[in-house]
Amino acid sequence: MEKTAFQKIYTKISQITKATCSLEATDVGYGELAIVNGKLAQVVKIIGGLVTLQVFGGTEGIPTNAEVTFLGKAPSIKVSEDLAGRFFNAYGDPIDGGPAVEGEERIIGGPSVNPVRRKQPSELIATGIAGIDLNNTLVSGQKIPFFADPDQPFNQVMAMVALRAKTDKIILGGMGLTNDDYLFYKNVFDNAGALDRIISFVNTTDNPPVERLLVPDMALTAAEYFAVEKNETVLVLLTDMTLYADALSIVSNRMDQIPSKDSMPGSLYSDLAKIYEKAVQFPEGGSITIIAVTTLSGGDITHAIPDNTGYITEGQLFLRRDSDVGKVIVDPFRSLSRLKQLVIGKKTREDHPQVMNSAVRLFADAANAKTKLENGFDLTDYDQRCLSFAKDYSEKLLAIDVNIDIDQMLNTGWNLFNTHFKPEEVGIKQELVDKYWPKN
Amino acid sequence: MSTKGKVKGIISNLVIVEADGPVSQNEICFIVSGGTRLMAEVIKINGQNAFVQVFESTTGVKINEEVEFAGHMLEVTLGPGILSKNYDGLQNDLDKMDGVFLKRGDYTYPLDHDKKWHFKPLAKAGDIVEAASWLGEVDENGMPHKIMVPFVFKGKYTVKSVSDEGDYTVENTIATLVDSNGKDIKVNMIQKWPVKVAITAYKEKPRPFKLLETGVRTIDTLNPIVEGGTGFIPGPFGAGKTVLQHAISKQAEADIVIVAACGERANEVVEIFTEFPELEDARTGKKLIERTTIIANTSNMPVAAREASVYTAMTLAEYYRSMGLRALLMADSTSRWAQALREMSNRLEELPGPDAFPMDLPAVISSFYARAGYVYLNNGETGSITFIGTVSPAGGNLKEPVTESTKKVARCFYALAQGRADSKRYPAIDPIDSYSKYLEYPEFSEYVGKIISETWLDLVNEAKTILLRGKETYEQINILGDDGVPIDYHVTYWKSEVIDFIVLQQDAFDSIDQSTPIERQQYMLTSVLDICRTSFDFDSFNDVTNYFKKAINLYKQMNYSEFKSEKFNKFEQELNDLIAERRIA
Repeated sequence: MEKTAFQKIYTKISQITKATCSLEATDVGYGELAIVNGKLAQVVKIIGGLVTLQVFGGTEGIPTNAEVTFLGKAPSIKVSEDLAGRFFNAYGDPIDGGPAVEGEERIIGGPSVNPVRRKQPSELIATGIAGIDLNNTLVSGQKIPFFADPDQPFNQVMAMVALRAKTDKIILGGMGLTNDDYLFYKNVFDNAGALDRIISFVNTTDNPPVERLLVPDMALTAAEYFAVEKNETVLVLLTDMTLYADALSIVSNRMDQIPSKDSMPGSLYSDLAKIYEKAVQFPEGGSITIIAVTTLSGGDITHAIPDNTGYITEGQLFLRRDSDVGKVIVDPFRSLSRLKQLVIGKKTREDHPQVMNSAVRLFADAANAKTKLENGFDLTDYDQRCLSFAKDYSEKLLAIDVNIDIDQMLNTGWNLFNTHFKPEEVGIKQELVDKYWPKN
Repeated sequence: MSTKGKVKGIISNLVIVEADGPVSQNEICFIVSGGTRLMAEVIKINGQNAFVQVFESTTGVKINEEVEFAGHMLEVTLGPGILSKNYDGLQNDLDKMDGVFLKRGDYTYPLDHDKKWHFKPLAKAGDIVEAASWLGEVDENGMPHKIMVPFVFKGKYTVKSVSDEGDYTVENTIATLVDSNGKDIKVNMIQKWPVKVAITAYKEKPRPFKLLETGVRTIDTLNPIVEGGTGFIPGPFGAGKTVLQHAISKQAEADIVIVAACGERANEVVEIFTEFPELEDARTGKKLIERTTIIANTSNMPVAAREASVYTAMTLAEYYRSMGLRALLMADSTSRWAQALREMSNRLEELPGPDAFPMDLPAVISSFYARAGYVYLNNGETGSITFIGTVSPAGGNLKEPVTESTKKVARCFYALAQGRADSKRYPAIDPIDSYSKYLEYPEFSEYVGKIISETWLDLVNEAKTILLRGKETYEQINILGDDGVPIDYHVTYWKSEVIDFIVLQQDAFDSIDQSTPIERQQYMLTSVLDICRTSFDFDSFNDVTNYFKKAINLYKQMNYSEFKSEKFNKFEQELNDLIAERRIA
């Protein structure tokens, strides 16, 4: 960070905690940035003349006579077309060896979109993954997280979704990403030749945790520039929001706030909503879609982080390993896209809603049959056929390595129905059966 | 001279202001920061220091910046032109704001200065009037909007003159009143009222008793709400709270609907913006948006204004109630409002209650619910506010402070069950855990006895008993196995399933099934109970299952057909034939 002439330098810190330090200073604005002993900090409290600073990099080694200068502005980022293809840290400084980006300076975490200036989302985002496109269709302007245990391949699936989605820009906000995962994303984007439409803001596990708090706002401020100014479709990937929330709880703890459920700050809902609600569809065509990752602990979705997230986002995607076919699938029962109603059967073929529902219902029948089998009951012929259908369905449609277009997914669905069932067992409207049931 | 002050401390959106004069609790003030005026509300006073919660982001606010106190509490502006507006939590007209993003300190006028309203006088010179007396009316989207003596007026006044019928703007004088000291007071169509104070300019508030039809069968039939009643809908995410709220706000038999989107998703508000102008109100043939006002304070809008938004919505409802109208107020979700209270209480360093919520949370919730109700106005007319709030319990656990506090005051409890949602039994209202206290009101049973039938409540109770018995039987079948119980158990269980599938479950996306008038509900309940009372002859439990599945399918087709249409009658005939097959005479 640059310093300008005539800046007042303070050298008397009166109080230091693990994450904050306090000093007497004048003419300081709330939320303003400062540099403490070379480390970036932000004003979080002012009482009379006493200013409390949150030091992003931690306060280790800061002496009471450290140099403190105030920068006169809140955290900001310079936006322009030059952002494309670049990698930045949580402060928006390049980490790819390239030059600093020139452009208009914007305060991050800016104001919300006026709800009457939004448009109802209606554009489908195709990913080629049938577990998503067929059962949990994504819509531009949507916000949706993967709820996943840490051992699941959510980063791989997310990278795949990002590359296949036909969006103008992809912005990666990495929070507490391991260095290996960071390099994974970099390689995948590089190999796909997509680097020119990717922008990354990355805080790895090597960096101090509190820095992460800047990442989503950096990523979304850049996204707003492209969506509003350039009318572009922007996909923002945020991984991992659980680590972001953990950083929030660290800060609130250091600020002596009273924790609420699961040691999370009482403002967790608002803090998360401020980020996710940046997802938007504009009438002029620009949009911001957010796909996030919320890692769970042992699949527990009642923990405060996934729980609050679920109330904010428009659905959630669950990954699960299907031991019958030995592949990771998108769980059709627990996953939900709240916005799919806006596009299925409207932007996709007319039979989409019915094929989707029938297939999931039959998959549920198969699950019941499996329970019966495990409990030692006899299976009926229908049960047997459900089980073999479920295997095919998992393998040919739900598995995350499937990559076909939506018409093909629907045709595959009809073929599976035809292989295993009679039309009356599938329970689809007669007109559609007449039109789409494969003629043998 | 009004009080001024200077900023002395800032902790997020809590600002400490040193005032140079008298300040009152809940007074509004403006922090002048870098040319922008940020609205704030006094929430605590300590000596010369006023603690104010700012309704906007405080980024950039500095010590010693000027603060101007407004001398009044947070107010709404009342007058014709409120319907079909989209407001934020502080009643700013969102459509009047420039630009894509909400700007700090951008406050817009909630009414229209220039629009002319066709005024018809109702009072005449010489009339003795008081607060809320009707002086005249204008036509607001086809609704008779009464122009009233402002609620803040105390005592009796004599009408000196009322304007003739004609077109006036909200600011034109429409009446001159004389107070007890002989002083003339001019009245126009606008009045202001502080949102945190209830409007009580009515004669009395009796126990409510009139059924409020919502068209949702599981509510109207099993656990009805009344005009002026209160209810709440708790449920985990994905259980269908919002779909249910939207269904009620579309269908309920109300004159005015106020939707407070309090800390929820912006896209859900956009859905209302997009759909309500297209949808028709079945009763009046007008567009739904014409009777609706939306208070949008979505989850990403400032937290302090979220708290204000529910009060703003309630005050607007009270204004319309004073005109003798039936207002329906929907708040989604009151948990977000409680969280806003929690954030502020935390910054004030108050000792926390359960789950870090403020200790007075139950009192705050109960006094808010108390503002709803059915009233007799001073002129003998009636008006009502029916209030339904949703609650978003953390982790879906109903043993949390907001749900528990609400349960103490709301008279109807519509518990959304995860299990029902998972098995796609929508609306997911649990028929056994949910309740309506109004069923116990003798006034209510007298009323439905008159408008539906004398035996109606007996039928409802019978249905409830069958549901309960069905649930118990289902548990036994699960433990003992299909073969391990007598066939009768299966019959009992499947009879309760008929009620579940035909009365409780309803397709909110089907044009016919989505809303059922009470007459049709009565017909269907009677028919379903008939089958429940019938004795059948079955050989095996498989027989029972297949038989009732067929019956349910026919009933469902009836639900999807127009009432008493040829199609409907055809399915009914098939059903009767089916029943005759197995009936034991």
